[in-house]
Amino acid sequence: MYWNYVLIGYVVVFGGLGLYAVSLLRRGRNLAEQVEPDRRRFLD
Amino acid sequence: MRVRSELLADAWLVASKDLRIERSSRVVASQVLPFGLIVLILFGFGISPDRRVVEADRTVLEQVAPGLFWLTVFLASLLALGRSFAIESADGSLEALRLTGLDPGGVFLGKSLAVAAELLVLEALLGAGALLLYGAPLGHPFLLMVVVVAATASIAAAGTLYSALASGSRVRDTLVPVLVLPALAPALLGATLATEAALFGPPSDGWPWAGLLGAFAVLYFGAGMLSFGLMLEET
Amino acid sequence: MSPPTSTGPAATPTGSKLTRVLGSLSLAFLAIFLLFGLMLSPPEVSQREAVRLFYIHVPSAVIALYLAFGLTAVGSVVYLRKRSTFWDLLAWSAAEIGVLFCAFTLVTGMLWGRPTWGVFWKWDPRLTSTAISFVLFIGYLAVRQLDLTPEARSSRAAVLGIIGFLNTIVVRFSVSWWQSLHQGTTLNPVDTQMDGLHLLSFFLGFATLALVFSWLLVHRFRVAWLAHQAGEAGLDRALAERRAEATGRTV
Repeated sequence: MYWNYVLIGYVVVFGGLGLYAVSLLRRGRNLAEQVEPDRRRFLD
Repeated sequence: MRVRSELLADAWLVASKDLRIERSSRVVASQVLPFGLIVLILFGFGISPDRRVVEADRTVLEQVAPGLFWLTVFLASLLALGRSFAIESADGSLEALRLTGLDPGGVFLGKSLAVAAELLVLEALLGAGALLLYGAPLGHPFLLMVVVVAATASIAAAGTLYSALASGSRVRDTLVPVLVLPALAPALLGATLATEAALFGPPSDGWPWAGLLGAFAVLYFGAGMLSFGLMLEET
Repeated sequence: MSPPTSTGPAATPTGSKLTRVLGSLSLAFLAIFLLFGLMLSPPEVSQREAVRLFYIHVPSAVIALYLAFGLTAVGSVVYLRKRSTFWDLLAWSAAEIGVLFCAFTLVTGMLWGRPTWGVFWKWDPRLTSTAISFVLFIGYLAVRQLDLTPEARSSRAAVLGIIGFLNTIVVRFSVSWWQSLHQGTTLNPVDTQMDGLHLLSFFLGFATLALVFSWLLVHRFRVAWLAHQAGEAGLDRALAERRAEATGRTV
């Protein structure tokens, strides 16, 4: 019974981090296309 | 010294303006006060008046009266704060206040003092209601008075700051409670525990919490007076 | 799952050397941490297998409440003094990730509580104060979306970023004080004795989440920066069009 809670916790945390990371990358790519290359500071 | 007296004069000007508006419109008296009363009564429904706490030989309602009273005041204060800023944004008066050249710290002080004055009247009436409805004893009136003043100052200062933060926006009414209630959580805890001590004793349990309330009020009065100018600047 | 590190085939990736290093380190630490946290670490005496939740619960709480919201407060102070867009956007980014880590703290705390205490929620000072700060910083994120000018949004958010952090400390203090009066000592994860593999797994969990946090922070900041730039570019274009209209020329 302990293991159920442990596994749910790990899936929520690392799954949540993964989803958030993917959404950040997507948003970043979409936005980068809208911005002129000379305005894209902080990208390197 | 001149600066300070100007600040206080500006505060007085704004506070008396708000209280004059309330005297002629009576919105807080005729709408916020009945709201508080019905919440007090409905809490009785939710908790059931006959249930008893065996070890304390009190009804549950009596036992939790301090918390219910303060929760009622906190909820009612949201409406009073909404009213306090509704009279400013009606015809761009907040803009007007900025253009009059009043000290922003003074404006903050004035608006919070007006809210505090309205809340004190509200608390006196709702407190009487809570004593009657919930049957709690009045153990240590002096501690209770100090707690009421410190808690009211906390609610008024923090509430005015967060209302200003959301002012000028269409979502102000829904945003203010989300900001005010978690921020005031320590004040609710302090007010409830200090009031518990004032009603059932010993009062020495209540004084540290009254101190916390005082410190909380000072923090928010300071923060509000410093930052109010920023929030009047651009909308 | 973990933050992907490859830049992929997209035309305009937002990765860089910094994020690739941070991302690879995060993945490596994640793999080692999962090995220790889920397999090599033995169950603990009082928490049993739930100790594995403790390895991510406590780091999430510390990173959210002190690192993330602390960064928001610092960024807000610098923004109000220097009106620097960099610090303003950094404060925003840290707050958003802080709210996410707060949510993880609450979820893992409740999942830890159910087998250990027998209930999902006990009015434990740490859980309770985290829940309150969680709502307060959701309020901060709402302020960032207010229908006001960008300048007003930023300065009001900065005021809230500073006061919200101070308030978080007061909440934490008052709730602990309240609980110390009301209840006897309950089993609290931080009070238990840990040694050897437990301690190692705990530090690995901390390092992993801290690395992931920094990777996310850099990427969230880039999103905020690009959105800011896109907004300004849009404004420039609108101004140019307006000017062209006024002078009767086409762009």
